[in-house]
Amino acid sequence: MKKSTKLLINLGLMAALILVILLESMFLPSTSMIFPVIRKGAIYALVAVSMNLTNGFTGLFSLGQAGFMLIGAYTYAIFTIPDADRASVYMYFNGGAIHANLPVIVALILAGLVAAGFAYLIGLPVLRLKSDYLAIATLGFAEIIRAIVQWNTLGPITNASNMLRKFATFESIVAGWRTSSPAFNEACKNAKWLPTFLTTLMPVLICGICIAVIVMLINSSYGRAFKAIRDDEIAAEAMGINLAKHKMLSFCTSSFLAGIGGALLVMYQATVKASVYSSAMTYEILLIVVLGGIGSITGSCIGAFLYVACSEWWLRGLDSGKFLGISAPGVFRNGFRLVVFSVIIMCVVLFWRKGIMGDRELDVEKLFGRKKKHGGGSGPDLPSGEVSDNG
Amino acid sequence: MSFSEVLPYILSGISVGGQYALIAIGYTMVYGILRLINFAHGDVFMVAGLMMVYLSASMPLYIAIPVTIVLTVLLGFAIERAAYKPLRTAPRMSIMISAIGVSYLLQNLALYVTGGLNKNYPSIPWLSDTIHIAGAVTKRVTVVTPIITIVLVIILVLFINHTKMGMAMRAVSRDFETAQLMGIKIDSVISMTFVIGSLLAAIGSMLYFTNYPGVVPTSGAMPGLKCFVAAVFGGIGSIPGAVVGAFIIGICENLIKGLDTMLVSAGVVSKPLNLATFSDAFTFVLLIIILFVRPTGLFGEKQTDKV
Repeated sequence: MKKSTKLLINLGLMAALILVILLESMFLPSTSMIFPVIRKGAIYALVAVSMNLTNGFTGLFSLGQAGFMLIGAYTYAIFTIPDADRASVYMYFNGGAIHANLPVIVALILAGLVAAGFAYLIGLPVLRLKSDYLAIATLGFAEIIRAIVQWNTLGPITNASNMLRKFATFESIVAGWRTSSPAFNEACKNAKWLPTFLTTLMPVLICGICIAVIVMLINSSYGRAFKAIRDDEIAAEAMGINLAKHKMLSFCTSSFLAGIGGALLVMYQATVKASVYSSAMTYEILLIVVLGGIGSITGSCIGAFLYVACSEWWLRGLDSGKFLGISAPGVFRNGFRLVVFSVIIMCVVLFWRKGIMGDRELDVEKLFGRKKKHGGGSGPDLPSGEVSDNG
Repeated sequence: MSFSEVLPYILSGISVGGQYALIAIGYTMVYGILRLINFAHGDVFMVAGLMMVYLSASMPLYIAIPVTIVLTVLLGFAIERAAYKPLRTAPRMSIMISAIGVSYLLQNLALYVTGGLNKNYPSIPWLSDTIHIAGAVTKRVTVVTPIITIVLVIILVLFINHTKMGMAMRAVSRDFETAQLMGIKIDSVISMTFVIGSLLAAIGSMLYFTNYPGVVPTSGAMPGLKCFVAAVFGGIGSIPGAVVGAFIIGICENLIKGLDTMLVSAGVVSKPLNLATFSDAFTFVLLIIILFVRPTGLFGEKQTDKV
């Protein structure tokens, strides 16, 4: 298949994806579970892909993802709280120390940059370590970052262990457009689906762009160097690849995107609290990566949507007493969903080690060579930036 | 600042250090043999605590304690057989992920069984009694822990140095494949490692939770990580190293908890800096420093990379 045809098909797929979201928001009630699943799924896909970049493509077993998400989340939240609301958010710290209020896009990029900056500082000592030492050191750094954010003395900036809220979320951005532009407000009144469509499209678009950036990075000469380092560090070095530079590049890019992912996650959740970003969250993302296949970007995306759809939607019944028509409140009570989930994941780890995709990619050629349907409910959201791996 | 102000922190540091030491041995032995960070070990420790809570509710303590220990040992054994043995030839990353998966499973199971509520740990009569040492009030477990720890460590070291199984363990940790060629039954050696680790974790959990109000599904995660750091600090694979590392971490951590009060009373700072937030984070600072200065830890042997 020619490169231009591939590009065309990719663009077509993206348009189709947007159309699907459009149709969903037009014909499904705005309370349907599909919208939060798409939003959160897209965000988790971004974070999982960013983790895959270090763990799957560069062979750096880093467990600091939650820490970088935390940095991104806090940077974003701190810089987008409207001045009028600061007094009530920072009620224990006299309205806080920072009074800058940045546009959302700038704050998002800043979130990524701050996370990448921290990653650079952390990477200097840590990236010299080997496999499990690297894992435990990055895990440790995530814990240190969490402790620093919760430190009372930094309260005027981070609000210590209290929650940050009232910053710009997907809903509040759309609401802001409505108040500032009467024409848009009129349009929203006529078409009730428009706000739902926009709030769902925003995370999907941003994550799609970020994932596309990773795909391009992986297909570039840098990406080939990453894979060489993963496959054999010593051979790669002998071939003239600068190990320190490439490891650092991979680590910082991954953290940059994790920072943006963290910022998007708080936009979705509307509040942020440091205690959520514990090692359990890193494990969760790691398990998504494993589920999708270590070293496969499409795999991570499918894994993320499956994971989010299962945990937020399909397996909900396991927690609330009724599942697949079987009613057993004694067994199906709070927490059963997670038990089932972890058993599934253990089975994947033990018997299906390659995950859904292994290290292969689902790309245009495969899709259109033989018309094959892919992954459960996550179908429409996959093709965001899928480019073939062998290009 | 007087000695009586620092004493309680040092006392609880020594006690926590002893409890950490018992867990850290499990990490260091497993790492020495399988080159695996057994992420599930901290959760085995937590499950031991929960078992004790449930068992002591239905049977007298003198039965509940041995039953808890036996069940914990079985759990450790079962985890190794089910989750690590099938992956023996897989890349190291797979086993580590499997360990993380087991940890996730145990935590979620505990969450399901307890409903996420704090379970009060039963008070073990003699251990929970309050005693006075040089003006500091504490529980008897604080004094007993280091003694129990040291006795157990001596027994363990004797076991490793003077029995056939101990010799096999040393051989396997030195060179996995050669040991196999020499006719050592690898599987039974590895199982034995997990049995010893879980046994010590069970005893450690009894001592640890006696000092704390209760058990929650996540109470194993942080001690688990810290104990691994202790094992790295002392030189992974070395049992005395793990014990020394654990005591250092336990004492430092508790001193940091008390640092605010000490600094204020010494007149260094005028108001508390809330440094206690960093008592957990400090462990990892220590880890990064030791990896920098002496990557093999205090008592570790130097290893060379082979291409």
